[in-house]
Amino acid sequence: MTTLLELVDVTAFYGSVQVLEGVSLSVPDGGAVGILGANGAGKTTTLRAISGTVRAGGTIRFDGKDIRGMRPDQVAALGIAHVPEGRGTLGSLSVRDNLRVGAYLRKDRKNIQADIDRLLELFPNLKERYSSNASALSGGEQQMLAVGRAVMAKPRLLLLDEASLGLAPSTAKNVYEAIGRLRSESGISMLVVEQNANLAFTLVDSATVLETGRNVLTGTSAELKGMDEIRRAYLGG
Amino acid sequence: MGTFIQLVIDGLSTGSIYAALALAIVLVNQATGLINFAQGGMAVLSAYVAYQFLQWGLPLILAIIASVIVSFFLGAVIERFLMRRFERGDPDTAIVVTVGLLTLITGVCAWIWSYNNLLFPSLFPLDSIPILGASVSVRSIGTTLVILAIMVLLQVLFVGTKLGLALRAVAINPQSASYSGLPVGRLLMVGWGLAAILGAVAGALVAPSLTLTPGMMDGALVYALAAVILGGLSSPVGVVVAAWMIGVLENLAAVYVPFIGHDLKIAVPFVLIFVVLIVRPQGLFGRKVVVRV
Repeated sequence: MTTLLELVDVTAFYGSVQVLEGVSLSVPDGGAVGILGANGAGKTTTLRAISGTVRAGGTIRFDGKDIRGMRPDQVAALGIAHVPEGRGTLGSLSVRDNLRVGAYLRKDRKNIQADIDRLLELFPNLKERYSSNASALSGGEQQMLAVGRAVMAKPRLLLLDEASLGLAPSTAKNVYEAIGRLRSESGISMLVVEQNANLAFTLVDSATVLETGRNVLTGTSAELKGMDEIRRAYLGG
Repeated sequence: MGTFIQLVIDGLSTGSIYAALALAIVLVNQATGLINFAQGGMAVLSAYVAYQFLQWGLPLILAIIASVIVSFFLGAVIERFLMRRFERGDPDTAIVVTVGLLTLITGVCAWIWSYNNLLFPSLFPLDSIPILGASVSVRSIGTTLVILAIMVLLQVLFVGTKLGLALRAVAINPQSASYSGLPVGRLLMVGWGLAAILGAVAGALVAPSLTLTPGMMDGALVYALAAVILGGLSSPVGVVVAAWMIGVLENLAAVYVPFIGHDLKIAVPFVLIFVVLIVRPQGLFGRKVVVRV
């Protein structure tokens, strides 16, 4: 498999505080990779460095092209869709308008409605709430809307930040199942940040574990699941 | 009856001026979340620009169109080089900056064109036409119709176009909007530019009756802000209706309520706001924000 996204020794600062001290990872084309780790390990910052919302050092290559230092809208235009932590749904816009915003960059206007319809088949909850304001949706529905909006851009890579945040365990499981369906249907590559490692392993093929802004472990999902330290730290015994 | 109709239509016409300015304020607020107190000042500057084009020999309608184009770029430049520095920070700071901008623009206008009242020709003839026994000025009707058309255009822009959707998305959450590839900076410039165009129209409509001075829009700005609160910040239609109500009510009250007269009529919209805000804090047409956590 060819490499779609490659990070080599990426650093990042918030003001004078260094949050990333050298993160390296790669996402193969069509693959799904997890970023695991505790609060403050630099998971979210890694995604932000990729999408251009924090200034970063090191190398960030997408499809062979150096994208470090680009603006978020330029990164999006290359085919990277970021579903931010806290979902980022546009509260006073309807579900439909949120999805249309997702399709902003697309030139194939005619196909957009068909894609919205296909997406609603995949996320049936959203179908019922199609005309409601996003702010009136439940947490799980909002998360699916956020993912749906990102997918509407027809990206090659989805950056998914803590999709389980603030959701009841069963809802979080539903959301991950829906994203799993999306993956198998569209073949879209994913980089998934998740604190709940069990949940992440339902989606990703491999993962890297961050600690204080550095990779400490990288392996396939099966390898990592077998490791005692992972089990203790992130899988609840 | 004749006087009444005349007062109503004149009220609609002055209300239309407030409406244009109020729409500009709503537009900037929808795009950036802040209230631009300089909107009136920018409108005055636009009117002076139109005046300058007239002095250079352009016919009135072309002078106004030229000023509208200049105003769009002026608004965009103000956003790009002044307001952008403050958009990410404390919103209070940004608002104070707009107040400063108002003072600055007023001063610059006075410096270039003096404080003297300058005559500005009207787009509409000074004739009156009889309607139901009242003689109504063509200017009043024309002004009202222009604002009506602009209101419809704005509604279509915001609800029916991709640009409008993008402007609304950026207003709600610029960072999240940028993840969908929306060029946030450029869209904010467009929002400010469109607002400046509205101000330019308001300026060109009001200048003939008030005559052109640097403080020409000060009173209108106060009424426009009243209309914005009364109509609800999120509703262009509501804001226009509120502005018309204010224009009509202040006219009627001045004539029919003896103790108000012309001195107290400025208080009328504020009494109205007071009552409305007690009953409907979100404004007459604003939507109550429902947020589920």
